[in-house]
Amino acid sequence: MVKKFMKKAYTFLIFLFLYAPIIVLVAFSFNNSKSRGVWGGFTLKWYIELFKDAEILRALYNTILIAVLSSIISTIIGTFAALGIYNMHGIRKSIVLNLNYLPVLNPDIVTAVSLMALYRFLRLELGLTTMLLSHITFSIPYVILSILPKLKQMNKHLAEAAMDLGATPFYALRKVIIPEIMPGIITGGLLAFTLSIDDFVISFFNTGHGISNLSITIFSMARRGINPVINALSTLMFLSLLILLLIINKRTDNNLQDGGF
Amino acid sequence: MNMKKTAYPYVIWMIIFTVVPLLLVMYYAFTTGDGLELSSFEFSLDSFKRFFTPIYMKVLLRSIQLAFISTIACLVLGYPIAYIISKEKPRKRNTMILMFVIPMWMNFLLRTYAWLTLLGKNGLINYIVTKLGFQPLNIIYNDTAVLLGMVYNFLPFMVLPIFSTLTKMDKGLIEASEDLGANKLTTFMKVVFPLSLPGVITGITMVFIPAVSTFVISNLLGGNKTNLIGNLVEQQFRYTGDWHFGSSMSIILMVLILITMGLTSKFDKEKDGGGRGLW
Repeated sequence: MVKKFMKKAYTFLIFLFLYAPIIVLVAFSFNNSKSRGVWGGFTLKWYIELFKDAEILRALYNTILIAVLSSIISTIIGTFAALGIYNMHGIRKSIVLNLNYLPVLNPDIVTAVSLMALYRFLRLELGLTTMLLSHITFSIPYVILSILPKLKQMNKHLAEAAMDLGATPFYALRKVIIPEIMPGIITGGLLAFTLSIDDFVISFFNTGHGISNLSITIFSMARRGINPVINALSTLMFLSLLILLLIINKRTDNNLQDGGF
Repeated sequence: MNMKKTAYPYVIWMIIFTVVPLLLVMYYAFTTGDGLELSSFEFSLDSFKRFFTPIYMKVLLRSIQLAFISTIACLVLGYPIAYIISKEKPRKRNTMILMFVIPMWMNFLLRTYAWLTLLGKNGLINYIVTKLGFQPLNIIYNDTAVLLGMVYNFLPFMVLPIFSTLTKMDKGLIEASEDLGANKLTTFMKVVFPLSLPGVITGITMVFIPAVSTFVISNLLGGNKTNLIGNLVEQQFRYTGDWHFGSSMSIILMVLILITMGLTSKFDKEKDGGGRGLW
């Protein structure tokens, strides 16, 4: 009995630790008082201020633009790269795979400053383009890593069978291989998208000319101290994320049922 | 079918955007010189000499110390919860793990920022503490706040790999151990814990690496008092403009992480290459 209670209490405390900051943040986004200890009544004024803030809206636009572009480009490059790596052998395969791991294992800040050095070397002005290039660079390895296991699971002879039956290699790729590894491609693409939305460190070092994404804007606002507008922003971001997550969950549930459960 | 060629665009991309940049950082680290002209730089170890002086060594040691403490804290807090969750029925288990992952989906900066609201001088924690009649606590802009921020942000990195090794474990082994007369504690110490070590090792690396290289948490929650090696690198590249010194510190950071991974992979007998995805 006591043990069971201890377990419950411990689980509760850990989840409290995880969620308390978020709940407080959400609650205070409706607080009609700038000070955080006091509840000054319910208000939506921070949300109104948020939608009037041109700086935040521009940052939101940049964030989404870069996330969409970088996830599409990195998914395409990554898919072809995974197909190629899967068909490589020996030392070449292990060199490519190890290099692929570098941005995954390297601390963000090292990847960030090394890219910064590259752009200076190439005399590229820091801005939206360099940010996009950087996001593609750190996303591709994750795309590859989510597709490779699917390729390993695939029956090797499927493509051969298709070609024996007269399909051209490209047709076999399009009609047999790609559909087989589609779940991996989608996971990789979603991963690239969320990584891009969430990134701060690499964007922070590789942007310029006043171009910023949401993370950078939040960072500079938070450094100046507490700002209820950030609370409103986090509430909205958290909510949209929860909805997205529920949709994905529902989709996989349905897929499971369709799969003959 | 010869499909190797489809990887070539990426190989070229990788050379330009991964290999060349790291070589450039290395070049910067071992040279001195001003301006943009790389060929005008001269070989020098000055940056490293400068780093190995007491002021900067203190920063390095502090970074390692804070990262180490937060890793241990994550392990101590995270193992029991991973264990508890892994014992639940599949349905409840999945919900609980999902609930563990949801906060991680929130932007890393916002999660850190959330603690500002709680910890501040007029924050919620101090509001409760003073209402209860105690002196307000000094918990913001110091090491405690930074540690808290690290544990909060990186705890899931510890829990998820441990959880996944615990759920994959063959339940028959536990039954066998109990059938052979071992009590719960012995079974845990001799069977469950050793088998979960790969997860523990992955967790340790995944907490230690971001913790030792962070500059965001120390910047937001540590005020200007807590300088970590990440902050030094940031300052050199963003403000001071001494890229040579900044690069040499990046190299040191990389070496530090290589050592960590070398040490941990020694304990990691069961190496599965794809085990380090998002978490």
